[in-house]
Amino acid sequence: MSVTTDTFVRDDLLPAKAPPRNTVGVVGWLRQNLFSTPLNGVMTIIILAFIVWTVTPFIRFTLIDAVWTGPDRSVCATATGACWAYVKAYLPQFIYGRYPIGERWRVDLVFVLLLIGLIPMLIPRVPYKALNAIFLIGVFPVVAYILLTGGHHQFVGSLIPSSLMAPSPLRFAVQYAVFSAVILGLLALYARLAGRPISRTTTPAAMILGYIAVILVLVSLDFGLVPVETANWGGLLVTLVVAITGMVAAFPLGILLALGRRSNMPVVSLASTIFIEVWRGVPLITVLFMASVMLPLFLPEGVTFDKLLRALIGVTLFQAAYMAETIRGGLQAIPRGQYEGAMALGLGYWQMMRKIILPQALRIVIPGIVGSFISLFKDTTLVIIIGLYDFLGQIQASANDAKWASPVTGLTGYIFAAMVFWAFCFAMSRYAAFTERRLDRGRR
Amino acid sequence: MLVLGWLVWDIIENTARNLQKANIAAGYGFLERTAGFGIIQRLVPYTEASSYGRALFIGLLNTLLVAGLGIILATILGFIVGIARLSSNWLISRTAAAYVEILRNIPLLLQLFFWYFVVLRSLPGMREKWTLFDGVHMNIGGLHVPRLVPGEGIWLVIAAVPVAIAAMLVVTRWAHAHQARTGIRPPVGLINTALFIGLPLAAFLATGRPLHIDLPVFNETGPLLRRGFQAGSGMTIIPEFVGLLLALTLYTATFIAEVVRAGIQGVNRGQTEAARSLGLRSGQTLRLVVLPQAMRIIIPPLTNQYLNLTKNSSLAVAIAYPDLVSVGGTVLNQTGQAVEIVSIWMLFYLGLSFLTSAVMGYFNKRVALVER
Amino acid sequence: MSDPSIAIIDLPSVPPPLVSSTDVAVEMVDVNKWYGEFHVLRDINLTVMRGERIVICGPSGSGKSTLIRCINRLEEHQKGKIVVDGKELTNDLRKIDEVRREVGMVFQHFNLFPHLTILENCTLAPINVRRMPKREAEEIAMHYLNRVKIPEQANKYPGQLSGGQQQRVAIARSLCMNPRVMLFDEPTSALDPEMIKEVLDVMVGLALEGMTMVCVTHEMGFARQVANRVIFMDGGQIIEQNDPVSFFTNPQHERTKLFLSQILH
Repeated sequence: MSVTTDTFVRDDLLPAKAPPRNTVGVVGWLRQNLFSTPLNGVMTIIILAFIVWTVTPFIRFTLIDAVWTGPDRSVCATATGACWAYVKAYLPQFIYGRYPIGERWRVDLVFVLLLIGLIPMLIPRVPYKALNAIFLIGVFPVVAYILLTGGHHQFVGSLIPSSLMAPSPLRFAVQYAVFSAVILGLLALYARLAGRPISRTTTPAAMILGYIAVILVLVSLDFGLVPVETANWGGLLVTLVVAITGMVAAFPLGILLALGRRSNMPVVSLASTIFIEVWRGVPLITVLFMASVMLPLFLPEGVTFDKLLRALIGVTLFQAAYMAETIRGGLQAIPRGQYEGAMALGLGYWQMMRKIILPQALRIVIPGIVGSFISLFKDTTLVIIIGLYDFLGQIQASANDAKWASPVTGLTGYIFAAMVFWAFCFAMSRYAAFTERRLDRGRR
Repeated sequence: MLVLGWLVWDIIENTARNLQKANIAAGYGFLERTAGFGIIQRLVPYTEASSYGRALFIGLLNTLLVAGLGIILATILGFIVGIARLSSNWLISRTAAAYVEILRNIPLLLQLFFWYFVVLRSLPGMREKWTLFDGVHMNIGGLHVPRLVPGEGIWLVIAAVPVAIAAMLVVTRWAHAHQARTGIRPPVGLINTALFIGLPLAAFLATGRPLHIDLPVFNETGPLLRRGFQAGSGMTIIPEFVGLLLALTLYTATFIAEVVRAGIQGVNRGQTEAARSLGLRSGQTLRLVVLPQAMRIIIPPLTNQYLNLTKNSSLAVAIAYPDLVSVGGTVLNQTGQAVEIVSIWMLFYLGLSFLTSAVMGYFNKRVALVER
Repeated sequence: MSDPSIAIIDLPSVPPPLVSSTDVAVEMVDVNKWYGEFHVLRDINLTVMRGERIVICGPSGSGKSTLIRCINRLEEHQKGKIVVDGKELTNDLRKIDEVRREVGMVFQHFNLFPHLTILENCTLAPINVRRMPKREAEEIAMHYLNRVKIPEQANKYPGQLSGGQQQRVAIARSLCMNPRVMLFDEPTSALDPEMIKEVLDVMVGLALEGMTMVCVTHEMGFARQVANRVIFMDGGQIIEQNDPVSFFTNPQHERTKLFLSQILH
């Protein structure tokens, strides 16, 4: 076969041949990926030695030399491996903290409800996403709140002087009714002045007020549950409560802030921007300190928040700022044409946002939201610093317990905590990557 | 608006009443009062008799020290790991990926506890030591390293450093001009390295070596209480600092590695191919084509990570490293001046964020690629 | 297949090929390449004489881009021999750099350096590879920018230019290294139709000056008027090779006929 002649026509096609032995298979793979140059070969061997040097003791500690069963510290006192017996003995505490043993079914029920609500929400193919979201954001928190605290709150109201009306749930109800009426009245007045249909403006507000009223009634009802102080909550329960409440409460706030920052009204935009930048600029610890020492100063005498609630407020405001920036990124990614199209159809601002822009923007930001939830989840550990016992706090506290104290107890606890946190965060980050790939495919 | 105003007024009124009840005078006057507590790490003189203001200043310096060092170390490690993730060597890239995926999914506080309560607590006791290499030892009291004691004429050596840097700039400019004129590129790196090391070294030798090294002295014999490292010899870096620095560096490096990887991957493959097909060597391709483009992508998120590291250094409070938040917490407990202390914290961190974002804005405007 | 249908674009005619020399520019002997288990190049034998202009065409995935990327070692071959300008391509990095200095390449997506001005794009390699004084490099760059008819854009950035202009800069950038062989990898595929001609004009100009060229392209008008040889590839192998007139008027192989009918109608 010569190519120096000008004309050449192949008679029969060449079949595909197997590549040379040393470029494929195990040998080829090793050559290409580990030993492509002498330097690479040396690096491979160094790294291999490093891996053996680090992983072997870890496996020895966690598996081979570990103590798996035993009644107390005596089995671990001389151990050179992890004391899993201690983790086993304390597992309920790690999950529930000091939640009364007889009432722990309530926590379990909350976990189950959460899974029931969350799993179908996370699988893109499962239908009824809207109903599912309403359950997760509107129903689940109320149910969880009643189950965890026991509900049966006594509202007595404090604004109407006692001389007019004795403190009672009725006084509170009257107060709430008056408050609602004032708000609706003001809105109606505003709509009238702005020349808009009154019912269109007041209906959503009435619905929100009505929803709050229903919640207030529900949490004041007596379901026969023993009240459990939040001081007794602990472990994974607190971690999840802080992370999920922070997330759920920060979500609507984040949307409002994001819209506010992009608003055309300078006052609104400036206020939102300042709020966002202040919270994003400071460490969470200072926010938690602020919530725990400054919040009580702001409140009138006699009113006290419990520690968990204070932490929740701090975490929520902090998270809302981050959430706002994530959502703003999504809003910015929506092409101008979408806004123009919506306005051309004659939709008002809120209608446009609710029906056209937000559904698209929120889809785009799912990976970002999951990422920000991962950060929040890791950051919940900081509540230790203001004296709450989350999962890590509970482990940290139990390691010094005289019953199980041993040279390996602390390390065992930390390894266990690390594995649990890692499993949660890694799973979430994989999920975020999955949704991102899915979005990419959808866009193409 | 009305509601908001009423709310603010109510908050102020409540605060004033609560403060009055607790017998706390609002305002920053308390900063002048004597602190009365010791601080285990101070970069400038401080005693228990110093003021609260001074104590907070010490905390601020400690924050800057740990954050500054953390930023340098995390950047070095992050770049190494980020580039390693793109290595053609399967084992190297997988190891780097494993490092990133493991450490960034574990809470920083947990890592800090691990380093401080497990690793540093399992070091030998005060009467023993564990030698890393000559002159550098560790025990439960911290990292014991040699201290450099400056002698007379040291200022000449110190002054030689800026002189050397100035000379390096001159050399670089001259080299550019020389290359433009003749096409031959002088060995700038070599000359500059020689200048940077040589000038201060020459000054050091010329002034009669005005620096002596104070090694940590370790007594192995003698009465039991006298054994161990002698106070006043060498320099002791407290374990709180070591633990915090380790945790911050290893954690932040994972994020920096991801930033670096994204930056390098963000430069189109075609850029490398075009540069190589023009005959540029791989080092030149990296220096002249890939890095200038990758840095544009890398620097904004990188500064963000620097800010995060600085903010995360406030976790110091969990292991009682005396940073701004930790010292502030102590002052707060003693004085009850919550509003003031929190405002000082916020002022510091917000100031830092605004400064950084201003610099970033300027940088972005300068290096933005020109598009149609 | 009638002639007029080929002349899609009006180009100046080029004198007959100057293959008088016996000087070999590129020689490929039994070149084989695999991507993993996939056999992309099968027994490729090709000799390009100095001054020759070769057009390679074929359906996508036929291996034509891989083939020309092997010539300056952007892709590594696993079997066979490639000799460029008397230097055999092996793992010797110094040899590879030498070859790349003498071989210019133009890419489908231009690959201009977006952080450098047009002039800097052109002078980067002469200054850093050829060690040329800056002034001289700029003079040469301006000469070639003049030739591709965009001297006035010298101080703009690639992002400010149209696709056609960018591709012309890419050609000028390669020419600044004074290459002995030019490789073109689908230089017009990413361009809008109205910009194709301005790039082809530049390429025809190069051919007129006797530049050795290997072009992967679907511009059949260009092939007909400029090439001395047209090579048709499919399934990683050379299926047919002929002078342009015979290739277009009288294709031999079934696959060639099929391909030409698809591309010309």
